Amino acid sequence: MSTEPTPGTPPGSPQESGQPERPRPSRWQGRSELGVCGLLLVVGVLVLTDAFTMDTVASVRGPVGPRTVPLVVGVALLVVALVLAVDVLRGGRGDTEGAGGPDGPEETEGAEGAAETKRAGAEGAPVKDEPGDWRTVALLVGVFLAFAALIEPIGFPLAGALLFWGSAFTLGSRTHTFTRDPLIAAGISLGTYVLFHTLLGVPLPGGPLMGVL
Amino acid sequence: MDSLNSLIDGFGTALTPLNLLWAALGVLLGTAIGVLPGIGPAMAVALLLPVTYGLDPTGAFIMFAGIYYGGMFGGSTTSILLNTPGESSAVIAAIEGNPMAKAGRGSQALAAAAIGHFAGGIIGTSLLVVLAPTVAELAVDIGAPDYFAIMVLAFIAVTSVLGSSRVRGFASLLIGLTIGLVGLDQMTGQQRLTFGSLQLSDGIDVVIVAVGLFAIGEALWVAAHLRRGGGESIPVGRPWLGREELRRTWKPWLRGPVIGFPFGAIPAGGAEIPTFLSYITEKRLSRHKKEFGKGAIEGIAGPESAASASAAGTLVSMLTLGLPTTAVAAVMLAAFQQYGIQPGPLLFEREPELVWGLIASLFVGMVMLLVLNLPLAPVWSKLLRVPRPYLYAGILFFAAVGAYAVGGEAIDLVILLIIGLIGLMMRRYGLPVLPAIIGVILGPSAEQQLRRALQISDGSITGLVNTPFSLVVYAAIAALLLWPWAKRGFLRLRAARG
Repeated sequence: MSTEPTPGTPPGSPQESGQPERPRPSRWQGRSELGVCGLLLVVGVLVLTDAFTMDTVASVRGPVGPRTVPLVVGVALLVVALVLAVDVLRGGRGDTEGAGGPDGPEETEGAEGAAETKRAGAEGAPVKDEPGDWRTVALLVGVFLAFAALIEPIGFPLAGALLFWGSAFTLGSRTHTFTRDPLIAAGISLGTYVLFHTLLGVPLPGGPLMGVL
Repeated sequence: MDSLNSLIDGFGTALTPLNLLWAALGVLLGTAIGVLPGIGPAMAVALLLPVTYGLDPTGAFIMFAGIYYGGMFGGSTTSILLNTPGESSAVIAAIEGNPMAKAGRGSQALAAAAIGHFAGGIIGTSLLVVLAPTVAELAVDIGAPDYFAIMVLAFIAVTSVLGSSRVRGFASLLIGLTIGLVGLDQMTGQQRLTFGSLQLSDGIDVVIVAVGLFAIGEALWVAAHLRRGGGESIPVGRPWLGREELRRTWKPWLRGPVIGFPFGAIPAGGAEIPTFLSYITEKRLSRHKKEFGKGAIEGIAGPESAASASAAGTLVSMLTLGLPTTAVAAVMLAAFQQYGIQPGPLLFEREPELVWGLIASLFVGMVMLLVLNLPLAPVWSKLLRVPRPYLYAGILFFAAVGAYAVGGEAIDLVILLIIGLIGLMMRRYGLPVLPAIIGVILGPSAEQQLRRALQISDGSITGLVNTPFSLVVYAAIAALLLWPWAKRGFLRLRAARG
């Protein structure tokens, strides 16, 4: 964001984020979207299988039973998977900002591109798969799963603090790893526990720690 | 005036100390969330859905509405000072506002935006007071086929109007509909997509879907692209406007709602299109055309006013028809479902205290927001110093709390994570998120209305189109579907003439 934007340039445009030119989707990227088609296809088959194996002994009231809508959705999933695959193979690409992610705009002419920019520019990074990025995601998934596994045995206050601390660390908070970060994590976790458990009446597992206190 | 009396009663509800507190909390949270880059009001409301377990509906919706409006106020602050729009509706504010801030006129830009939001919000909410009861009255007789038509309209509109790729919109919608299918069939009790699991036979709670798609998906997506160090916020003084600026801004403030309100009420993606249209209009009408793109104050005043008015328009459709036109409205509709309240024409009859209390609290919230944002804008901009790792770690943390609070089971956290990963995939490949959430929320009720309509007509397909209302809606759907071809033809015609 250090470069001065040219007049009329929408925020988050490539010029601004220091990208000399618009990133072209590489061949690998063009193909990776086929994974989405595959997923839609699998889900479609799953929905259809489930619809066909339904026992219709259950009393069907009215002409449209519990099967109809799953059949329609399943077929539509297969069709969309196919159309999307054709679109991807012909070089079509999703409007990534449309999903609200941080990304450069597709069009950069005047305000028209900007209207589609959405929250772009927040990070200013175009879609580019870098191994490091996906490692961060994988680590976060790990931290989150650890929280899910630990919440009942060690209780929410401890597991929650670990979740916050671990996520902050994974996301790049390195300067206060053993000083400020654990304090903030513990504060947030305990505060939330008190708020939910005591004030809102939503039970959260206290774990051995709360048993001691 | 019947609605005026109801509104006065509504103020009675809104001005109780407790509800004032919820409104204040909502606008504070909303402003904070708007200021923080990368968090939108939809995510905020989704993360707060668990409070519905402990709060009465009136208080909860007063708070949610405060977040919705507050997010718009706060979003423009970030756009102007940092050039990073906190959400889609604030993009235009960045185009004109940031150059103004760079040229040392940030105070005026902030004032034009804040007063614009205030004007748009007040005008929009007044229109809501006048129009909503009428719409509800007109819609009170609509039956199953009409409801089904409205829901199909919502499905088609969110997939066709938003984003550049229809097939991706439909893919997203179908993902949502599939998630909505999981569980017991409402009419027959037939298990669907449960794979014999007891856990899944209750269906996937909409809180988990909303939190997963909006909060986890977004946090993971940002995590994958987190670049250390954002921009620097431009220091700014207290917002104020001089005589010359006032002369240039009062008309755009009043014009904004004219564009914003109707666009908010139709399923066209919320504030994005109206802010853009308002910007173009102001540019065309301005005597300072050359300043546009370099910091024209009209380009902030009009669009910001349009944005707030569109939020009011959104509430008209949501409260009277149960039709969510934006992500925030969709998540709010999920909250209604949590309470077992069905928004629709009967809402005004059945829950007058809730509806009018909510509407009255919008006026209250507007005044609070003006006070919060005019003198305090420089304070809010300090929020931008929160380190990004804390911000996104906090989102993951609260998402986890929310999902766990739904049923107190760790397996819900795993489902949440899976839906979050789907959300991440959707963001990565440009599948819009809104159709998915609309599919989850409206899918099951659409199926019910469809089956009810066909039951009445004894299976005849004409049972779906036997009312004038449904015919009008299907005509609108056809127009939407044909629009790209019509536009292409129109452009060709114009090119031939030019």
